[in-house]
Amino acid sequence: MRSSAMRDMMAITARPEIISLAGGLPDTSTFPSETFAAEMDRITRTAVAEVLQYGPTEGTVLVREQITKIMAAEGMTVDAADVTVTTGGQQAIDLITKILIDPGDILICDAPTYPGAIPTFCSYEADIIQIECDADGMRMDLLEQTIADLAAKGRKPKFIYSIPTFQNPGGVTLSLERRKRLVALARQHEILVVEDNPYGLLRYEGETVPTLYSLDGGNYVVYIGTLSKILSAGLRIGWLVSPTPIREKVVLGKGASDLCTSSLTQDFAGHYFAHDPWREYVDELVGIYRNRRDAMIGAMSEYFPHGASWNKPHGGLFIWATLPDVLNTADLLAKALTKGVAFVPGTAAYVDGRGASSMRLNFSGVKEDEIIEGIRRIGSVAQEHLALYETMTNTNEMRLPDLDENGGNS
Amino acid sequence: MKVALLSGGRSLERGVSLRSGARVAEALTNLGHEVETFDLTADLVPGLEKCRPDVAFIALHGTEGEDGTIQALLQLLGIPHTGPGIAACHRCMDKSLSKHILREAGLPTPDWVTYSEAAIRDFGAASSFQRAVDSLGLPLVAKPASQGSSLGVKVVTRVEDIPAALISALSYDSRALLESWVGGRELAVSVIGDQVLPIVEAIPTDNNAYDFEARYEIGGASFACPADLDDDVASEVSQVALAAYNTLGCSGFSRVDLMLGDDGPQILEINAIPGLTETSLFPQAAEAAGIEFEAMVGQILDLAVPQDP
Repeated sequence: MRSSAMRDMMAITARPEIISLAGGLPDTSTFPSETFAAEMDRITRTAVAEVLQYGPTEGTVLVREQITKIMAAEGMTVDAADVTVTTGGQQAIDLITKILIDPGDILICDAPTYPGAIPTFCSYEADIIQIECDADGMRMDLLEQTIADLAAKGRKPKFIYSIPTFQNPGGVTLSLERRKRLVALARQHEILVVEDNPYGLLRYEGETVPTLYSLDGGNYVVYIGTLSKILSAGLRIGWLVSPTPIREKVVLGKGASDLCTSSLTQDFAGHYFAHDPWREYVDELVGIYRNRRDAMIGAMSEYFPHGASWNKPHGGLFIWATLPDVLNTADLLAKALTKGVAFVPGTAAYVDGRGASSMRLNFSGVKEDEIIEGIRRIGSVAQEHLALYETMTNTNEMRLPDLDENGGNS
Repeated sequence: MKVALLSGGRSLERGVSLRSGARVAEALTNLGHEVETFDLTADLVPGLEKCRPDVAFIALHGTEGEDGTIQALLQLLGIPHTGPGIAACHRCMDKSLSKHILREAGLPTPDWVTYSEAAIRDFGAASSFQRAVDSLGLPLVAKPASQGSSLGVKVVTRVEDIPAALISALSYDSRALLESWVGGRELAVSVIGDQVLPIVEAIPTDNNAYDFEARYEIGGASFACPADLDDDVASEVSQVALAAYNTLGCSGFSRVDLMLGDDGPQILEINAIPGLTETSLFPQAAEAAGIEFEAMVGQILDLAVPQDP
C-alpha cells in the first residue's frame, strides 16, 4: 500500500456498512467472558499496583515462560531467557529491521509478502528483493540464484524475512524439503532468516511441518511469534527469539521505542496461559475458521468468473485469488466498495507493481453469511467488468457514425 | 461562532478528508470557534438540526461531499457553508461538463471524448476507439469523469490498450474520458475569494512521465512554490486559472490544475474543495502568500455565504 491514493481508499473499508475481507482480524467474539472476568478480578484483588507499573523491557518472566510453552506446542525448545516480549509481532518486525538494516542494505522476502511489513522495511530504506512463491512457498532455486548473483557483485542480504507457514498473503506453506534447504543456505552463506509465524497453530488440515527455528536450533533463525491470532490482537503481545548478541540489541532498541510492553496485558496473558485451557480455545478458533475458509472457497467457486484461480490454504487467515489479467484489483476495489465489500489488492504485497490482478481475502474476521455475500458482490463486479471488456474487444471492427467535436458519443 | 465541521464521508478520498478535517478543527478551535464534527452518516441531518451551527465548514472530498449533494442539504437546512455552491460543485465534479463549459468560454483544455459505460455496453461504442485515437493522438489519458485523485488514471500508448484502461477508469464512475496527452509542467493554482495564490509546481522525481501512480507515492514528486516561472508566464497561468474558477462559478476557495506545455497552459480539472492536509497543495500556496494555515481557515470561513437556490 505504498500509493497514498490507495492508502486513502482503504480508509473507507473501516466504515461499518462495509463487509471487510481486507483486514487480518481474529474473531474475538467467542472468547469466554467468564475467563476474562476471572482474570480481571484476580488482577483487581492481587496485582493492581504491579500492573499499573512499568515492567522489564524484555518482558515479564511469567509471560516469557508461557511463551516457551506455546512454542513447545509447535515442537520448539527455547530458553525463556532468549525470549524478548514485544508490542505485537509488528514491533518484532520493526525492531529486527531497525537493528539489522542500514539504508541500502539488501533484505530478501517472499513474493508476495506481508503487506504490513513493507512500510517497515521501506522506512529503514532497505533494498527489498522479493523471491517468487509457488504452492510450496518461496522458491529455493530462485533464492540460491539471487544469493549467487548478489555475491558476484560483492553483496549479501542482511536477512531473509519469511512467513513459511500459512503465509500472509499467499496462504501457502513452505515444504519440509525447502525448509531444510533454506536452513542449509542460511548456514552456508551465514545469512539470518527471520521466521514470522503468527498462524502456525491455526491448522485446519494436513500434517504439521517443523518450524525453521526447530530445524535450525536458533543459530541462524530469528523467530517472531504473537498472541494476536491465538488469544487477542488487542493485548498487543508478540515476541522475538534470537541469539544473544542480537537479543541484546533488540532489548536496547525496544527500550528506546517504548520502554516495555504493557504490564497489564502481560499479566493477563501470563496467567491465562499458565492456568486456563488455552489449547481448547485455539481448537475452537480452528473449527470456526475452517468453516469460514470452506464457506469462502465454496462462494468463490460459485461466484468468481471463469479464469479466476485461488488456493485452499491448510491454515492461517487468508486466501490469495488471481483474476483474469485484464482486471486490475486496485480499480476493482473502488467498484467493490460501492457495493459494500473490501479486500486487499495484490499490489500491496509487492514493492514493484506486481500482483495487479490478484487480491488477498481474509476469512477469519466475518461470519459465513457475510463472507458468502461479500464474495458474491466481488464476483459480480468482476463479471461485469469482464463482460464490458469482452464487449470492447469483440466489436472493434464495427464502425459507428461520426463523432461530433467533443464527447458526442457519450 | 458555532461551526459544524463536515469530514470523512463515503468517497474514496475519505482518508484525505479526515486528515483535512482534523487539521481544520484544530485551527477553528484556536480561532475561538465552537466546533462540532460530523461524518456522513444517518445522523447527519438530525445532528445538524440539533446543533444549529452558524456555518458549516465542508472538509469533504469526492462523491457526495464535493459534488453538490451535501451543499444541497445544507441549503435546505439554511446553513451557510464554505466553498463553492451546488451548481459550481456539479460543474467541477464532472470533468466532461467542466471541459465543455471551459471550451465554450474559450478557455484552453486538452481535446477529449467521453464514453459512458452504457454506450460501450449497449451501443457498440468500442468500434469508435480508432476514430478517437485518430482525433486525439497517442499517447492519451483515460480517466474517470468524476474522480479527484490519481485513482483510475491510465496513460494509453496503443489503441489496443484502451479497453483495459477504460475498465480501470469506469471502476470509479459510469463515464470515462479519453483525453489528449499534454506534456509539460504540472501546475496547481489555488484561488481564495478572488485572490490568486502563488502557483505550485509538482515536479516528478522519476523519469517516467507517464507514471501517474508514481507521483502519488511518497517521494514520487516534489513541489516548488512559488513555481519557477517567468513573470509573464506566471501571470498568464494565473489569469487562465482565475477565468476557469469564475467561469465554473466557484466561490470561497478552489484549486485549478493545469499543464503548461509548448502551447501555453491547458486546464486539466478544477478541484471544488481541495485537500487541506499537511502535504496538500492549497495550504502550501497560502503559506507562500504569507497566509498561515489558521488565517487561511479563517478567511475560508469568512467567505462562507448562504447559497442562492
